[in-house]
Amino acid sequence: MIEVKQLHKKYGELHVLKGIDLSVKKGEVVCVIGASGSGKSTLLYCINGLETIQKGEVLIDGISVHDKNTDLNKLRQNVGMVFQQWNSFPHLTALENVALSPRVVKKMSKIEAQEIAKKQLIHVGLEDKLNVYPSALSGGQQQRLAIARALAMEPSYMLFDEVTSALDPELVGEVLDTLRLLAKDGMTMICVTHEMSFARDVADRVAYFHEGLMEEIGPPEQIFGDNPKSEKTKKFLANVK
Amino acid sequence: MDYQFLWPPVIKALPKLLDAALLTMQVSVISMIFGLSIGLLLSFGRRSKYFIPRTLSSIWVEIARNTPVLFQIFFCYWGLGEFGIFLSSFVAVVTALSFNTAGYMAETFRGGFNAIPDTQLNAARSLGMSFFQTQRYIIVPQVLRVIYYPMTNQFIWVILMSSLGMLAGLRELTGETQYFNSRTFRTFEFFAATAVIYYIIAKLVMLGARLLGWRLFRGQS
Repeated sequence: MIEVKQLHKKYGELHVLKGIDLSVKKGEVVCVIGASGSGKSTLLYCINGLETIQKGEVLIDGISVHDKNTDLNKLRQNVGMVFQQWNSFPHLTALENVALSPRVVKKMSKIEAQEIAKKQLIHVGLEDKLNVYPSALSGGQQQRLAIARALAMEPSYMLFDEVTSALDPELVGEVLDTLRLLAKDGMTMICVTHEMSFARDVADRVAYFHEGLMEEIGPPEQIFGDNPKSEKTKKFLANVK
Repeated sequence: MDYQFLWPPVIKALPKLLDAALLTMQVSVISMIFGLSIGLLLSFGRRSKYFIPRTLSSIWVEIARNTPVLFQIFFCYWGLGEFGIFLSSFVAVVTALSFNTAGYMAETFRGGFNAIPDTQLNAARSLGMSFFQTQRYIIVPQVLRVIYYPMTNQFIWVILMSSLGMLAGLRELTGETQYFNSRTFRTFEFFAATAVIYYIIAKLVMLGARLLGWRLFRGQS
């Protein structure tokens, strides 16, 4: 379970998150929507400790992420993350990209790590690209590679940061399909996204962020239905439709 | 022009010159290995959040890059004697060239590190890799790739700089050439032949680096 309690994040004077409360249960898919700069991506970076926080706390399975005594490297093995810019490692083949962290972080043998990597690459439909370098892959393929790489650590939670925003329109579908598959498998996911129809389909709950606050959270029917509780949600959705 | 070229002394001395060229390569390779390793440490030092490593690294880079190499060699060979440290010609030259190369490589590394986006760091850290693992497996290999050709140039530069070792009594290629020159007074012939040897070494290193680079980076963008 991921619990975010009264989370505040500032970059200098800029108050990006102004007290966020959110809890995500095992197996749940939460999609976070909102305008750029509303703090949704920052929330993800705070959840796995890539960013420090100023106030509040984040608990993952009861372990406080921002506690000085927490072993973040160990904690992150359980929380996968996929980024807007897919960040494949350009000096490694697809297979090596995925096999690296099981091998060096989990200390698996090379063969064992490659088996897992192969399995994950097949899972995301890249079975014919094992020995290819990322430069020879399309954006959508690189993003699926990034998903496979995160899954190879066998995390309980996955964080997706606008994973389709940097893709050409025709490549968005293949990545969203991969996410749908993952959701169906019961993965616990927090997806920051601009893809409203995806959020409507996949999410158990949708959260709308506005200027550093979570304006509204509820099932997709509530948010995308005729009468979201908040006027701001209504206005935002009217603009993006 | 009434100068009579006389090549037989050069040809006779060629095996000795080639031996000396081997010494030149030893000095250069060892200096390059030290220079590269220390340069990498210095580049981390300069970005450290702690005052002492940051300052020491900066001082090293400043001195190495802004004083003549010859002075650095003299300092290691004669200067250290004032402090009771007596180095052999070989060790003194290697120390000076390593010191110099580390300074230049630190700057080259800095450029290399700047070329790798922070997002690579985040991606690696999000997979549970430690800072050290991230550097070891993700960042440094990419940096080495970026600085590969500048590094090759630096290596050739070290080979050419090592000729100053002669002035600290090292019988490397130039030192050996000077020795034969003083015995035969065939100055032009000897130095011309040695220049050709340097040229060939430099070209071979460049060619080897290209082939190796082609092999190492095949397929990556």
